[in-house]
Amino acid sequence: MFAFIIRRIGTILLTMLCLTLVVFFLVNLEPNLKKLAISQTEMHTSAEQLESWLVNHGYRQNFFVRYGQWLGVVPKQPITDPATGKTTQRFSFCNDPTVSTFSGVIEGDFGCSTKFKTTVAAKLFPALGATGILMFWVLAVMVPVSLLIGILAGMREGSRTDRVLSVASIASTATPEYVSGVIFTVVFASWLGWLNGSAASASQGITFYNFTLPVITLAIYGIGYIARMTRASMVEVMTQQYIRTARLKGLSFKGVVVKHALRNALIAPFTVIMLQFPWLLTGVVIVEVMFRYQGFGYTLVEAAGNNDIDLLLGCSLVSVFIVLITQLISDVGYAFLNPRIRVQ
Amino acid sequence: MQAQYIGASTIILEVLWRFWPVWVALFIVMGSSFLYKKKLALYGQLFDSGVGIAGVFICLFWLFTAIFASTISPFDPLGQIPIMKDTLPGAIEPQSGLAYLFGGDKLARDVFSRMVYGSQIVLIIAPAATGFALMVGITLGLPAGYYGGKIDSILSFLANLVLAFPVILLFYLLVTPGIMDTPIPYALAGVFFLFPIIFFSVLFWTRYKNRPDRIYILLGLTLLIGGWIYVGLVFDRDPLKIVHIDPNQLNIFVAVVFASSPGVFRIVRGLTMDIKTRDYVAAAQTRGESPWYIMLWEILPNARGPLIVDACLRIGYTTILLGTLGYFGLGLAPESPDWGTAIKDASRLLRSFIHPALPPTIALMSFVLGLNLLADSLREQSMKD
Repeated sequence: MFAFIIRRIGTILLTMLCLTLVVFFLVNLEPNLKKLAISQTEMHTSAEQLESWLVNHGYRQNFFVRYGQWLGVVPKQPITDPATGKTTQRFSFCNDPTVSTFSGVIEGDFGCSTKFKTTVAAKLFPALGATGILMFWVLAVMVPVSLLIGILAGMREGSRTDRVLSVASIASTATPEYVSGVIFTVVFASWLGWLNGSAASASQGITFYNFTLPVITLAIYGIGYIARMTRASMVEVMTQQYIRTARLKGLSFKGVVVKHALRNALIAPFTVIMLQFPWLLTGVVIVEVMFRYQGFGYTLVEAAGNNDIDLLLGCSLVSVFIVLITQLISDVGYAFLNPRIRVQ
Repeated sequence: MQAQYIGASTIILEVLWRFWPVWVALFIVMGSSFLYKKKLALYGQLFDSGVGIAGVFICLFWLFTAIFASTISPFDPLGQIPIMKDTLPGAIEPQSGLAYLFGGDKLARDVFSRMVYGSQIVLIIAPAATGFALMVGITLGLPAGYYGGKIDSILSFLANLVLAFPVILLFYLLVTPGIMDTPIPYALAGVFFLFPIIFFSVLFWTRYKNRPDRIYILLGLTLLIGGWIYVGLVFDRDPLKIVHIDPNQLNIFVAVVFASSPGVFRIVRGLTMDIKTRDYVAAAQTRGESPWYIMLWEILPNARGPLIVDACLRIGYTTILLGTLGYFGLGLAPESPDWGTAIKDASRLLRSFIHPALPPTIALMSFVLGLNLLADSLREQSMKD
């Protein structure tokens, strides 16, 4: 088991290395660098000035050198004025070093956000905190509701309850966030006026009024999927021999469901919930943009829209890390919950 | 000047009337399918359950809407009639006397016509991209599952690499206007569009290699048609000028195929690993059949059930992805009538006007719902066997 986890962590690190290299390559394509230079310099700059900005800020160094600098295995260089030989910081707003130092991700320096004029760490981690709060409430709504729907539907396969709940969960999986978000806003904010159609004020304080719409919008897409998986798992468990035995020895239907079926039926949904995180990440981006909530997704869109290289790399690192770590937890947890599975 | 309006019931009747070619086509297809359902194998069995009928109905509805879009929609989806800006549903356009059935949007275009034309974009790109993703996933997933070992490790690692990317980040990186100045989308397209040609060539070669009368015709046709479409799509140099795709549409297409083929790969790989332990595969191996014959003619036909179900779900998922792209304004032209772009435009103005937002959202939701119902019903039917 221990060796398995070590090997998986090795794969995760390798995957992260490969993916950041790919992202690094894509954000450093010539048109993207041009876009960055144009957004960072004054209006109406000539092509030579753009080029000299890129050279000055180190964007014209060798690709692998720069990736190494970001990673922290190659020292970061300050800007050296060729005439005087004096060194200045690359980006003064980030406290960049004035002498050549190793300062990359490995050393804990995520670089400098050109869009927000601050360090990536100062921008990214508060945003992650805000998204964490959103995620907490989404999971707090999504998991109990979907498990309940799945269990109720799977308890008696083919019954009227089952059919109604199944169609409802199919409908919810057919409703992406940008659709449910619009519909909920129209119904609850425009027509009824119960809830706020924007979560911009949620950064100051979360209230039922401004936070409900983002949470249910994000939860509804996942509910259907988890409920269907729970239902399938419950249906399978209910046909097992031990359920029949429990039933035949005279236990009530309720007792059978609660004592015997439930525990075994909840193993599969655990995996499914863990594997929902990658989808939730996309959903977070849509919901945060739609409801103007300043979290991780909002930061990602801003970074991508402005080709903010270091911030975008930080965002990809975080999201890839979340995806891979939840996969690991789901595998390890599955083996832990289900003694029939032994990890080789 | 105040616009004239028609009433709510008139709007509903008018909308139903506008869709007349769809109703006629639906009546013919559904009616004949229902009559001959006994002879139509899996497709016929769909008509045994309410869920299946609903799924087929919704999918066919949007299919026919896309086909007859020019007859159904009263206005040009891109045409702006300034007087109709932000008008409520049912406003009558003074010149033609026709009504803006679902109102006008902020650029004074007819919301109804845009919804109808939007179905064309979705119904061309989503199934086609899913088809290519299936080809890529099958061609790579079969050997990965069948041979195992190194091939499997490398391909699985690559697939997991793509799957570890959050889709939205992938799109932001792959579908930017800047990337069309680089050869990346064309290179990716060049690789992806090669897979169908390889797939069909190997498919025919393994089966008919000892029958010269058939093999040359089939291979020739594959290479001719495949090469023709390939040249048209990748290089945009179709000698007959029929196959043509806009650079930004090609970009979207490639990004969607790229994002969804690892999923197909994983499913095919899993199914192959399961099926290769069956007796009929062992029998074929004993007969001395080649590995690719076994993969394509023994394993693949037996994996078709789950694959068809997955394809249905995947078309729905691709539709959602296209909507996401439109919602973030990536790739598609800003005036494009597709549903995602329409939702984006309308959702910015929800505080003042809600009517332009509802038709595209409901259209997108119903189409995906139809596909999901279809997939669910197909799964139930295939489990009965």
